[in-house]
Amino acid sequence: MNPIEQIKARLEANLPEATINLVPNPSPAGQPSLAVDNAHAVAIATFLRDELQLDYCSNVTGVDWLDRVVSSKEKITKVVDGKEVVVEETKEQKFSGYLEAVYHLYSVAQKQGPVIIRTRTVDRAENTILPSLTPVFRSAELQEREIFDLYGVRFEGHPDLRRILMWDGFTDHPMRKDYEEPDDYEYEPTPHGDVLEKAKRHYIEEQS
Amino acid sequence: MENRPQIDEKLKNEVSKQGIVVTSLQEIYNWGRRSSIWPMQFGLACCAIEMIAAAAARYDMARFGSEVFRSSPRQADLMIVAGTVTKKMAPLVVRLYNQMADPKYVIAMGACAISGGPFKDGYNVLKGIDRYIPVDVYISGCPPRPEALLHALIELQHKIDGQQLTGPSRAEFLDPEQPSEFPIPALGKHDLEPPANTALFRPPSIQRD
Repeated sequence: MNPIEQIKARLEANLPEATINLVPNPSPAGQPSLAVDNAHAVAIATFLRDELQLDYCSNVTGVDWLDRVVSSKEKITKVVDGKEVVVEETKEQKFSGYLEAVYHLYSVAQKQGPVIIRTRTVDRAENTILPSLTPVFRSAELQEREIFDLYGVRFEGHPDLRRILMWDGFTDHPMRKDYEEPDDYEYEPTPHGDVLEKAKRHYIEEQS
Repeated sequence: MENRPQIDEKLKNEVSKQGIVVTSLQEIYNWGRRSSIWPMQFGLACCAIEMIAAAAARYDMARFGSEVFRSSPRQADLMIVAGTVTKKMAPLVVRLYNQMADPKYVIAMGACAISGGPFKDGYNVLKGIDRYIPVDVYISGCPPRPEALLHALIELQHKIDGQQLTGPSRAEFLDPEQPSEFPIPALGKHDLEPPANTALFRPPSIQRD
């Protein structure tokens, strides 16, 4: 298999205006992926399919990344009353959340894979639009519909974007991390954790 | 039992040795009903595989008169809710139940049909079909073995045997005031509406602190 850096270099050579970022994976799986920009995602996918013979899209997954704050401590030397003192300061860095679609591409012709590419939305609320790769990989059709259903990502260029698991009148996106379940709690003999919280909320609502 | 003509059991046994059968209308009526419980042919998940196994040669549901799986609810006596009832499917299950002719019975087969089972905390699975339709026999298991389904069928036969045709404690289907159809839940914006038929479904409300 070509290392992912090599694939990235080939993509950048052929599509110079596309932005492609390597996303490292520090887990034992060690599968780095390529975050591609939305404007060129279809062109990149077409190139991967036609030139690198990645002819099989086995899996499309949605991921919900919440807004997060990463705080880090830094040691700074300050001058206090004429003396140099080392002070620890916490810095907070804010990352805004986004929704992501992850495509796993394999090459049946070369018996290689996977090459993982990711597309990301601008934010989680309004601009949840991604380009659809269904015109390139037909097998992405149902899975993109599933992401549309469960995460609320709208895929532009998808031939038939409808809900697939939940019903049409349903308005929520259950796989989003801020999804609030309806209160259909049922008696549980030994509730604990989240279920206990749910039970308490339910009984408080029932009494009021 | 009170307005039923009593037949002396000893006498009954004695004359049966002579080739004479003595019975009451209720007994023979219930015998006929319990010996030909025709289930409706539909399965929802993996429990359906066990239901098929129970109907096939090895377990042979025909021994109990229930081999005739009907594809139409109009011809079925028994609804075996075999598997996970998703919220999307629940209105259709209730509609099928409503289309069945009285007397009709329901077996909730397996953990999912009883309570949602392993999917109970999920967003898409109904937490038990007894929220919308009355259930006669519950079978535990995930999925229950065919023997368990046969046991449920035998339990249902016992229930039918004990049903009265007249009097104040007569069977539900003979009481015109008992409902035979139940409201079909609507697919709402966030959940089924209503989330349960409160006239039918009263879960224990035990509060712990």
